[in-house]
Amino acid sequence: MTKRYLDYLDQLEAEAIHIMREVAGQFEKPALLFSGGKDSITLVRLAEKAFRPGKFPFPLVHIDTGHNFPEAIRYRDELAERLGEKLIVRNVEDTIKRKSLSEPKGRYASRNALQTHTLLETIEEFGFDACIGGARRDEEKARAKERIFSVRDEFGQWDPKRQRPELWNIYNGRVHKGENVRVFPISNWTELDVWNYIKREEIELPNIYYTHERECLVRDGKLMAWSDFIFQEPDDVVVKKQVRFRTVGDMTCTAAVESIAHDIDGVIAEILESKISERGATRIDDKLSETAMEDRKKGGYF
Amino acid sequence: MDILRFITAGNVDDGKSTLIGRLLYDTKQIFADQLEAIESSGRLNEDGQVDLSLLTDGLKAEREQGITIDVAYKYFSTEKRKFIIADAPGHIQYTRNMVTGASNSNLSIILVDARKGVQEQTRRHSIISSLLGIPHLVICINKMDLVGYEEQVYNQIVEDYKQFAKKLRAKEITFIPVSALKGDNIVEGSELTMPWYKGPSLLEHLEQVPVSQDFNLEDARFPVQYVIRPLTAEHHDYRGYAGKVISGTYKAGDKVTVQPSGQTSTIKSVELGGQVLEEAFAPMSVVLQLEDDVDISRGDMIVKAAENLEVAQEFEAEVCWMHNKALKPGAKLLLRHNSTETRCVVRNIDYKIDINTLDHLEDVDQIQLNDICRVQIKAASPLLLDKYADNRANGGFILVDETSFATVGAGMVAEIEY
Ligand SMILES: Nc1nc2c(ncn2[C@@H]2O[C@H](COP(=O)(O)OP(=O)(O)O)[C@@H](O)[C@H]2O)c(=O)[nH]1
Ligand SMILES: [Mg+2]
Repeated sequence: MTKRYLDYLDQLEAEAIHIMREVAGQFEKPALLFSGGKDSITLVRLAEKAFRPGKFPFPLVHIDTGHNFPEAIRYRDELAERLGEKLIVRNVEDTIKRKSLSEPKGRYASRNALQTHTLLETIEEFGFDACIGGARRDEEKARAKERIFSVRDEFGQWDPKRQRPELWNIYNGRVHKGENVRVFPISNWTELDVWNYIKREEIELPNIYYTHERECLVRDGKLMAWSDFIFQEPDDVVVKKQVRFRTVGDMTCTAAVESIAHDIDGVIAEILESKISERGATRIDDKLSETAMEDRKKGGYF
Repeated sequence: MDILRFITAGNVDDGKSTLIGRLLYDTKQIFADQLEAIESSGRLNEDGQVDLSLLTDGLKAEREQGITIDVAYKYFSTEKRKFIIADAPGHIQYTRNMVTGASNSNLSIILVDARKGVQEQTRRHSIISSLLGIPHLVICINKMDLVGYEEQVYNQIVEDYKQFAKKLRAKEITFIPVSALKGDNIVEGSELTMPWYKGPSLLEHLEQVPVSQDFNLEDARFPVQYVIRPLTAEHHDYRGYAGKVISGTYKAGDKVTVQPSGQTSTIKSVELGGQVLEEAFAPMSVVLQLEDDVDISRGDMIVKAAENLEVAQEFEAEVCWMHNKALKPGAKLLLRHNSTETRCVVRNIDYKIDINTLDHLEDVDQIQLNDICRVQIKAASPLLLDKYADNRANGGFILVDETSFATVGAGMVAEIEY
């Protein structure tokens, strides 16, 4: 018999496609949460592989903090247009106004936590029973134990003790009304796997993933993009740096890294050399306490 | 570059977390900030070095109690392979976690403390690995530094283990003397400390183990997950059956049977993302188009016509129970197998498997949490099953509680009654 060999990226892709199709098969109102970041851009490519020449069996949903990089927003709109898929945008700004929530203040002010409110409202508004997201288990310790189908209660809460055992490639998506499932098709991918896949698939990314000159503030040894949204202190110094982003989220809590990478090969080379993991390099919010991520997930965060 | 999925098991304190930490550390997969976070936690081990086990002990509750309570997944890669580690805890009450981690693994690393030798847990973890059909076992005899790196100690443990291992179904068993703490035979060799050992280090072994043969390429099984019907002007009559080749191979021209209906047709094309492929083989996800207009929906299976895979409603299985509330004969449950879900009833418990000895215990009237029992099951609608031992990809199923929807059991098909 001839030898048949499936490369690791093909294996990861096959697994992710299988998971997406399980979502299509098991749920009535699924959604794909699209953040504009490279992980969700990867999800979109996987959805194309899973469902073309048909349409996606779910809309793309973006929870917009209002503090996103304009480049990411433009990319989002163009992508949805090019794919001919439905895009739903809900704004954290509206939730803040409607529920008269108070904006976080101070040095670490970020709408990241408020995003959860808007996400839960949106889930309720459309009756989504499954939300596909781009989280990966290699990102953070609390994520390392996350299931691929992660059941959340009505409040979106994650309870590590209530998680369902997940065996073989059988995913149990049965939930009661009001509950929903967060689904993570690229759970088993690492940051480098994502980059290698983007390279192989020749996926175009927002240009902020590559080196560019930007005005930054230095915060706790990290470079934060200067913007109107970021909390400023009198002794803050604004510096011009050649930077790129490794993740793209809210401008107030996504840090840049100094970089000379003009293209994907450059990015991959820098990651191989880098000795700082992705979240550590770029997320201010995880540093606040040792269990920050675990606590946020219990509260309904992705 | 391919993927090896493995599980690590061992008694508490045998050194699992340290071993994984060492693998990650010595292959330079740990980043400065992760190390810094561990250092700043201030926990050092006896040697005054940073405690590498903290890299894997994730959740708050675990750090407070100093134990691992759930399966944690870790990733690393070398030039040869990507590795996915399922780190399963060793306590007896967590058999279900080990079963979970083992279900997707091709290899199982079982740690033995050189000072203690083969223990009840060693046998249990080996037996669970074997029941779950893991083809490759690696027995790491750890803490060799604490027994003066003595060859005799190692040989004695290997002998004891081989004696016991005769009962196991594993295809291949490898023994390696290691010190997870000092790093002997983990990534590097042990020329200085154990010159008498001539085999590969653990990492060398993990890089070489042949895993591509572990996919079953004989029995063609394609469970349909979803039907693609664009209904656009361009693809007006298009019907694509989306699914995963869980075993076997498919190509255009193959004669196929659609079960359970028994209709036959021929494969028109194999595609992915709108691109035509020459052939699909396990574990690829693809789309199949057929020549004829047959009625196919999610839950059906496309098999090759020559296979004669029959539908069955009654079968025997080994079931691992994963819920606090015991299972009694007569219980009705949901059964999920590939993309099919049906109701079922557990009609009889034949015997309980003693997971320390593989002995059969008769006269069992219920299955408790973490028990593994041989049972008779009747499904409400026909299923397309293989025996787990013949085809791991099509012999496993889960049991789901009808009201809470919790996953309460994992089953492996043992005998099928047609
Ligand atoms: N001397 C020695 N100690 C070890 C070795 N491997 C692990 N340990 C120690 O054994 C204890 C338990 O290790 P840990 O990795 O937490 O075990 P786990 O419960 O199996 O995860 C820790 O104090 C480790 O430092 C080894 O090879 N030699
Ligand atoms: Mg441990």
